[in-house]
Amino acid sequence: MGFRDTPAGAAPSPADPQRDKGQLFTPEIRAAIDRAIAQYPPEWRQSAVMPALTLVQEHNGGWLSRELMDDVAAYLDMPAIAVYEVASFYSMYDLEPVGRHKVCVCNSVSCMLNGSEDLIGHVTDKYGVRPGETTPDGRFTLKEVECLGACRHAPAVLVGKTYHECLTPQALDRLIEDLE
Amino acid sequence: MTDKVTIEIDGRTCEAQPGEMIIAAADREGIVIPRFCYHKKLSIAANCRMCLVEVEQNGRPFPKPLPACATPIAAGMRVQTRSAKALEAQRGTMEFLLINHPLDCPICDQGGECELQDVAMGYGDDLSRYSEGKRVVLDEDLGPLIATDMTRCIHCTRCVRFGAEIAGVRELGATGRGEDMRIGTYVGHTVAHELSGNVIDLCPVGALTAKPSRFQARAWELRTVPGVAPHDALGANIELHVRRGRVIRIHPRDNEAVNETWLADRDRFSYAGLYSDDRLCEPMVKRDGEWHPLPWADALRLAATGLAARAQSDAAAVGLLMSPSATLEEMYLAQKLMRALGVANLDHRLRQQDCRSDAADPALPWLGVPIAEVERQAALLLIGTDLRQEQPLLAHRVRKAALAGASVTLVNPYRLDLTFANRQFVADPAAMLLELAAIAKALGGAAKEAGGAVADLIGMAKANAGHKETAKQLRAAGKQGAGLILLGALAAAHPDYSLLKALAYRIATASGARVGFLPAGANGVGAHLAGLVPHRGPGGAPLAAPGLAAAAMLAAPRRAYLLWGLEPDRDLADPAQAQRALAGAELVVAATSFRTPALEALADILLPIAAFAETSGTFVNAAGTWQGFAGAVVPPGEARPGWKVLRVLGNELGLAGFEQTSSAEVLAELRAAGGEATPDNAPAGDPEAIAPVPAPVSAERPDLWRIGNLPIYAIDPLVRRAPALRHTPLGEGLAVRLHPEEAAARGLADGDAVLVAQGEARATSRVVLDAAVARGCARIPSGVPGSESLGASIAPVTLEKV
Ligand code: SF4
Ligand code: FES
Ligand code: FES
Repeated sequence: MGFRDTPAGAAPSPADPQRDKGQLFTPEIRAAIDRAIAQYPPEWRQSAVMPALTLVQEHNGGWLSRELMDDVAAYLDMPAIAVYEVASFYSMYDLEPVGRHKVCVCNSVSCMLNGSEDLIGHVTDKYGVRPGETTPDGRFTLKEVECLGACRHAPAVLVGKTYHECLTPQALDRLIEDLE
Repeated sequence: MTDKVTIEIDGRTCEAQPGEMIIAAADREGIVIPRFCYHKKLSIAANCRMCLVEVEQNGRPFPKPLPACATPIAAGMRVQTRSAKALEAQRGTMEFLLINHPLDCPICDQGGECELQDVAMGYGDDLSRYSEGKRVVLDEDLGPLIATDMTRCIHCTRCVRFGAEIAGVRELGATGRGEDMRIGTYVGHTVAHELSGNVIDLCPVGALTAKPSRFQARAWELRTVPGVAPHDALGANIELHVRRGRVIRIHPRDNEAVNETWLADRDRFSYAGLYSDDRLCEPMVKRDGEWHPLPWADALRLAATGLAARAQSDAAAVGLLMSPSATLEEMYLAQKLMRALGVANLDHRLRQQDCRSDAADPALPWLGVPIAEVERQAALLLIGTDLRQEQPLLAHRVRKAALAGASVTLVNPYRLDLTFANRQFVADPAAMLLELAAIAKALGGAAKEAGGAVADLIGMAKANAGHKETAKQLRAAGKQGAGLILLGALAAAHPDYSLLKALAYRIATASGARVGFLPAGANGVGAHLAGLVPHRGPGGAPLAAPGLAAAAMLAAPRRAYLLWGLEPDRDLADPAQAQRALAGAELVVAATSFRTPALEALADILLPIAAFAETSGTFVNAAGTWQGFAGAVVPPGEARPGWKVLRVLGNELGLAGFEQTSSAEVLAELRAAGGEATPDNAPAGDPEAIAPVPAPVSAERPDLWRIGNLPIYAIDPLVRRAPALRHTPLGEGLAVRLHPEEAAARGLADGDAVLVAQGEARATSRVVLDAAVARGCARIPSGVPGSESLGASIAPVTLEKV
């Protein structure tokens, strides 16, 4: 636990209604978050927290700093801790800087029974990264994630935004070799 | 719709509301169902699964055990809480809950009063089948009040729900997932809420415990004494936990009509002040500038002869200033004693500057409604009150009203950080009058026969959309008898309090809302009942020859003073003026629990009196409820309960009627003397006939106003001495808070050192930018260290960069 870019023990910035929402993020991100907000009834602005975090993370090199989560909280009028809860619950949000790519190996039950542990072991041996770690050259971050919803073709791996299914260590290797 | 249904729990037939949860009905019946996450004042989470029971409806069993806390009752239900199936489910849950629990009861502060320990005794196995590694959770520092040991947490989320639902500020949360889930702030900050200590009671395990009393005692060593909290007008019901004559900690005692099941941190942790180093433990007299201890008999004789001599030569030259948190018995005896000496100058309204409307004021002011009724108001107008700081648990009732749809409007010199929807008019003290006048105007209250300050103000005011909306809401609520206008401590300290009151009554008359007062101290209503005001005797009986109010006694110095339970440099409206007056007096007798430098400098005789928890007595709360209590511990050294000191002082003075042998006898005498009168906020005269009627004091419109609010942990001598409270984020010290634009206009920046001047009174402090403060105002708190040399709490001030 713990966050980057924040002095330890500093008080959080609470969702501050006085904060000028027009100053947060970029106009493009604001417009995109607003489109997400518009999907919900006006009193349920907070429902947009997941798309908002996804957008903000994408524009921040794939991870969320505490300041960004605080900004999302302010933008959606919700307590900061409620944003931390969401961001720390889902495995698609990263709270530490990541590599240029994310290799997310599913390790829930179907994939595990079909060899996902071998996939992880293979990547760890070959590239020297354990789940949660980034290769020294910053090429990719290895992640162990919860069920990707692709159990039918387990084991499944998500690389960036693309699903890859029925993987063997060799097939995964080829995917990784293709990464910039 | 509310037809009751009959169900059966463990073979017992009972009535219940359809839709009510099984656990609530069982609790009412006294049938114990184990639980961790369920709490009657919190929403239902149903996440611990400890309360599983076997249920069947109309003979058809549910296939699986159901959580009693989340299963609504329906007709024809049969519930078994101890059947083989139910017990198996409960045992299974218990085993899971203990998997990650450290089982470290012997070194846990909760041991002996732990819900997990108790339930594990009933449902756990002797031996654990779990041999894998256990989860360890790092602790977070939540500040000086709450100790954490998060490895013990069983994720019931009571503390999280408390923040969201009761405190209205979510500080704690459940972050992470599955095995990695943990409870905390996630960023390691100090929890800063005036009710935060309640999570200690809520936490069913030893994850959250009270830091100040940590490892001080085991639950079974403690003696429990019921009591009443001494810091605000609510009079929260408490339990004092005592070990070997020492108060170890304080817990709330349930009383739905007062504090429900909650306790403010101030009431929970202030007991530490009892053990501060500066307790006065023996009577003392000052001779040639040196303090000498002396026996009680001599001290009382000295005090009696000194006071009697001054009273005999000129009774108007003597005055009594008494804390509004003194007990009813002390108040009654003190005024009786003074009046028997012919002294009419006596008061408990220590922070009130403007007493021009004494004659017109209600004889026995109070909250105006029972405390529980506050949450059923449809519209509230709060005038001059930092509500959360002044009356933390009443603020919770207002929050409940707001959550139920009430409109809440506030008129204050600074914007409050509130946990519910509200409308705030933030204005300097002079403009506060105009804001109220604008609401009155919107209610059509402009034309009243004669002129006068109030009519002039209404004439001047302009009602905007906000004023009109508030007026509309008050009128709509007034029609249903659910409108309430409350005046708080910032109003009472206002130099034109009488005008604020007159405007409040104007608005009340025009809207049908009621007027209420947030009394000062723990016994403000009691002080009026006891006759501790210069213009009325016990029961509010008007006096032919009223004496001087507190402010007047100090503005025009007396020859002799009796001070009771107060620090002259912290507890009076204008400390600089008060200290001047006391320094010039021939005799100052101070009955006090603490020996302070200011008292040592100003007093001639110090009488050690029992503090909170050390004396029996009675407080009358804001709603007029008499709440009696016994002493829980013995006062230190020679200190004695105040009522006894006054009784013996009466004997020493040779006065009749000072033969009481118990505080109960004093109380009986007060009841007989009219003390049982019912409080009533109907004004005794025309609130607008303020005599003399000059232009409002605040019409001078000074260049800058000092707003000397009283921070939550600075309100009285006891709470100021509780170190844990002082070190919370709410324990603020002296600072000059200015709106950023106000500061910029004066060439001041954040952190600048400034000389604060109020006439001759001076202090230096630093500028803090704070957009909550009204323009034209500097919020410079009273009652905090460094404020002693300043003047009146709400008054003109000048700032000069140094
Ligand atoms: S800290 Fe206590 S109250 Fe909070 S979730 Fe854990 S066990 Fe429950
Ligand atoms: S378990 Fe891997 S996709 Fe479902
Ligand atoms: S008390 Fe019912 S599930 Fe926790």
